[in-house]
Amino acid sequence: MGVVASRNVVRMAVWLLFTLIGVSLLYFLLGAEFAGAAQLIVYVGGTLVLVVFGVMLTAHGPLRELRTKKGEWLVGGALGGALFALLVAVSLQLGSPATPSESDALPGTGQLGLAFLGVPDTAPEGPITGVPAEKATRRTRASYLLPFEIVSVHLLVVLIGAAYLARAKRRVNP
Amino acid sequence: MTEVGLTPFLILGAFLFACGVTCVTVKRNAVGVLMGVELILNAANVNLVAFARFNPAFRLDGQVFALMVVVLAAAEAAVALAIVLNFYNNHATVDVDEAKDLKE
Repeated sequence: MGVVASRNVVRMAVWLLFTLIGVSLLYFLLGAEFAGAAQLIVYVGGTLVLVVFGVMLTAHGPLRELRTKKGEWLVGGALGGALFALLVAVSLQLGSPATPSESDALPGTGQLGLAFLGVPDTAPEGPITGVPAEKATRRTRASYLLPFEIVSVHLLVVLIGAAYLARAKRRVNP
Repeated sequence: MTEVGLTPFLILGAFLFACGVTCVTVKRNAVGVLMGVELILNAANVNLVAFARFNPAFRLDGQVFALMVVVLAAAEAAVALAIVLNFYNNHATVDVDEAKDLKE
């Protein structure tokens, strides 16, 4: 979380690595093993390698440490602090819902995979907590085949586009 | 182990989000701005997974959305880094203040 504080890009990347690993450990702590593992693989294995490559390809000499003006620090810090205060106030007002019992643990990997394959959620549906009682509707069963397909095709398109954008260009008139 | 409520996770998400916003606004390096965006997406993910844990009606939904956010973040990072590299090839700088046009 010192990503903001350090001026050197390489140090920022290392701080980001530690932050991402911490967030994935938090997922494991919250009982979401598959999300934690996916976070570790995709972020730490994929995205961070991309970022480090970007840093290595673009950082040399004076570019490595670009200084920020005092006024920009002031505005950015004030904006961040104000947002943080607002969000903390809201989340303190929200109140904690009932603590989960051991019986309704989070779904495992198999259930998640079935949901992605289009099988509706077979778990017994609980009521939505934390909203007023007259608004609390039962949620409908949902399956996630279409979002899964959309996301996969989107990822393919985006990767092809990125490779096209970052290709080595030949000079037209040298 | 003592039981941790929902609020600490929300506060952590808020802290990550504030850090990300500060990073996006303050950094002059384009790769640094990109890292700030990653932080913001992570904050949203922490909130999603925490709500999925503490609200029995959303057990599956929260994780599904968290996974989609992870995939979209990876895609966004790939495209943004490609643009940054392209810009660096054209202009030999990664300063976002200098970025006025994508082609020379």
